[in-house]
Order: sequence, then C-alpha cells, then structure tokens
Amino acid sequence: MAESEVLHAEHRLEYPYARSTGPIIGAFLTALREGRFVGATGSEGKVIVPPTEYDPLTGDDVGELVEVGPGGVIDSWAWVSHPLRKHPLQVPFAWALVRLDGADTAMLHAVAAPGPEALATGARVTAKFCPEAERVGSMADLESFVLEGGAA
Amino acid sequence: MSAAGRTVRPVSIASFAQSQNVRKDNERNEAEGLQPVIAEVFANVGITKDDVDFICSGSTDYLIGGPFSFVMALDAVGVWPPRAESHVEMDGAWALYEAWVLFQEGEIDAALVYAFGRSSLGDLNEILTLQLDPYYEAPLWPDIVSLNALQARAMIDAGKATEADFAAIASRSRRDALSNPKAQVRHDVAPDVLLEDDYVVAPLRRHALPPITDGAAAIVLAAGDKALQWSERPVWITGFDHRMETHSLGARDLTVSPSTAKAAEVAGVADGNVDIAEIHAPFAHQELIIAEALGLDDSVAVNPSGGPLAANPLMSAGLIRIGEAASRIRAGQADRAVAHATSGPCLQQNLVCVLEGA
Repeated sequence: MAESEVLHAEHRLEYPYARSTGPIIGAFLTALREGRFVGATGSEGKVIVPPTEYDPLTGDDVGELVEVGPGGVIDSWAWVSHPLRKHPLQVPFAWALVRLDGADTAMLHAVAAPGPEALATGARVTAKFCPEAERVGSMADLESFVLEGGAA
Repeated sequence: MSAAGRTVRPVSIASFAQSQNVRKDNERNEAEGLQPVIAEVFANVGITKDDVDFICSGSTDYLIGGPFSFVMALDAVGVWPPRAESHVEMDGAWALYEAWVLFQEGEIDAALVYAFGRSSLGDLNEILTLQLDPYYEAPLWPDIVSLNALQARAMIDAGKATEADFAAIASRSRRDALSNPKAQVRHDVAPDVLLEDDYVVAPLRRHALPPITDGAAAIVLAAGDKALQWSERPVWITGFDHRMETHSLGARDLTVSPSTAKAAEVAGVADGNVDIAEIHAPFAHQELIIAEALGLDDSVAVNPSGGPLAANPLMSAGLIRIGEAASRIRAGQADRAVAHATSGPCLQQNLVCVLEGA
C-alpha cells in the first residue's frame, strides 16, 4: 500500500487532572515563585533537592525544610544543539544535573551557555529566575541556570 | 529455598516468536500486527489458545494514544469463551514475570505472554517524557536522548567509559544483527567510522541511540508435563527478580545500577557460568552499566542477537531478550544465559531472568 493511500487522523490523548502538590513539593514550588530554593532534610541529615515527602534512598519521612542555593555545581550535563519545541530554551543549551549549595542531591534543569566548550562537570552555576510577575509556582519559574561569573 | 527470587516451581520458555522489526508499520493496527506472532508462537509447539490457562500482555496506551488499547489487541488471540487475562503497562518482560508468579502459586500450568508497540505513531521524545516525575522533571520536557546523554557523560566523567567504547558496542551489536533476520539495523561498520557521526545530544552520537522500531513478540510458558511435551530441550527459568530505584534522577548515581545488582543477586546469576547475556540496554553506554551490575566477565557473549541497538520495539524489547536467550539455549549454543529488561528513565527499573537448558 502506498503511503498516500494510508488514512491518517490526529488524535490527542489528555489526562486533564488537577493535582495537589502537598506540604513538601508545594513548599518547593512556592519558594521558586519567590525566587529561592528549599530542600528537605532526609536520612543522616542529607538535604534532598528538589525535595520529596520521603528520602528517595531510604523511604524515611523527611524532616524540616532548609534554604539552599541559589548557586551550585554541575554534576553532569548534555549539550543540545537543536532544541526541541517544548524545551525550556529555544537556543542551544545544556541539560544539567545541578547540585545546589547545601544540597546532597541534584536537580535537573537547563543551563544557558554560549557553547559546550564553556561547560564542564564541576563548573559553578547560579539560578536565573523569570521576572517576578511571570512566576506561577512551577519549574518554569526558574528560567535556567547560568555560569557563575556571567559567561552566558 | 531461602532466596525469595529462586524458582520453587520450574517454568519453561516453551516457545518464542517475534515480528519483523521495522521502522514504521502503518498498514496494520496493533491486533493485526500481533496476530501472526501469536499464531507462530502457538504453531511452534502445536497448540492453540485453548491449551493455555492464562494470558498476560505488556503495552502502553501512550504509544497508540487511546485508553485500554490492550483490550483491542486481545482480538489477536481471540478470547471467547472468556478466559483469565491480565495486562501490565510495562514491557512484556514484566508481563512474563506476572505469569511466572501465578505458576509459582500453582494457579496455572501454561500461559501466553505477549507485548506490542508501534513506536512510530508519535514523537518518542515527547511521549517518554510522560514517564518522568510530574512536578520536577516532566514540566521541563527533557527528552529521553538528553537524559541518557547525562548518564553517558557521568560515565565518561567517572572514567568508566569513553565515546569509543560506545561506538564499539554499537558496531558489534549491528554486526551481530547480520545473523538475525528479524533485526532492523544490520550492518558492519567499524567503530572509528561511527565516531564520525554527529552528536544528537552530546556526548551521544547517532550510533549510540537505539532505532525507532515497531514490533511485537510472544512467549509460551509451560510447567510440568506440558513443559516436557512441548519441548525436546526445555529451557527453564531458574532465577527471576526485578527491582526499582528512586524516580528522582538527581538522587541516583547514574553510573551504576544497584537495582540490577540486587535482582542479579536474588536471581542467582553468580551461581553458575554465564554463556550469553541478552541485555536490554537501548543506549550503548547502558550495556556497560548493566554488564558490571550483572557481574559478567569478558567471556560472556553479550547480545548475540544484536540487542536493542539493532531493534528496539518499545514494550517488547525486554521480552525479546528473554526469547532470544532461550532460543540460543534451545539451539544448543548455550547452556546458561541471563536475560535483562529495563524500564523508566536511565535504567531506573531492572529485571533479571536466569535461563538454563535441561
């Protein structure tokens, strides 16, 4: 059968549920809206960022929330030369696992940089938030991380 | 036996069949693609659907874009009069595990397990994002290639691998696939030529990625008399376990696979010599992580079928690993094999199945 003879139809599958984010994830997203980061204290005093209601390794309940960041180091990174349509940045950028100052785990986000040669594991970055009026309490309130010293 | 995952009741991989793995099959729906595979897996041992006590499948609604799509796929088997059936929204390797548990409970003596998926129907970079943490990860739309590039970079930074290692794995896999007529990507290209590929997401070049594959696979399991009647050389599952790690990507050491190591321990991989391993490592660097976690040495033939770098039909690629490993034992090319399946981002969840010839 030739390609032109095959019938095609657009179909959109959605699960349009509203979810409550709860006391830990909600606190993190609220802090993002305020332009800051919080983590949760897990087992053996480790600070989990982004925080979950349980320690991701032991399953124990987490304790108090603590302030972390806004600077941190790159644990790993991947260079995207051709951003996809839903990516947070529409110019070449890096995905990175960033371990914020004061945190023992890393968070995934974009790092803006002029090119892959400007980046390295262990490089220091800092948060660049969206303008306050545009923040809604989501991961997108953080526009990206940028290299400390302003290389981007 | 003391270890929870060791086989109490022997179960045999009695028959295996898979479709031709192709980049795009847009002429047949899921049931139409499955039907010949189901017919073949039964015909191999001369049985019909009436000879199995249980049917279990693995697939995902997100590929077809419609709810309960596995119900329609049952038409490939035909379930009238009504019969015992189940489904997992996972690779078929986990459907096989569910059936195996029913065997252990003594509920059944024979089962059909199948899996199917048409990866070509949508954009996998967007679809697979939906398996991620819905608050912290999915809203950023990190695609599966980028996440695996983070894992590959972590391997390189840790001194555990180089880009040349990834190319060597890709080259070997697709060369081995030349002897697998069902494989999709089959060619003999040297690693240094592959290293001239462009990066898709650095440090992953084109060759380190799996192909996008439409396909389906099926296995018949049997115990007791049926296992002996349906096979001249039964292939027994002698160890079986699966384990999962946290979904918080940044809380994991991406260069190791403790879930695979734990599953391998419970399944008893180290209790005997391993002749071959079929590893479900869709991205080249992942083979190194899983081989280390399984404790394999250089004498083990890894992915003689070509593995998922040669054909990666979503939802069946793990089940196919079990089928390929069993086929080699049945053919007398191996006595003991390990099959592995993975699920989730960056090897989050892993299943280990130990197979032995009679």
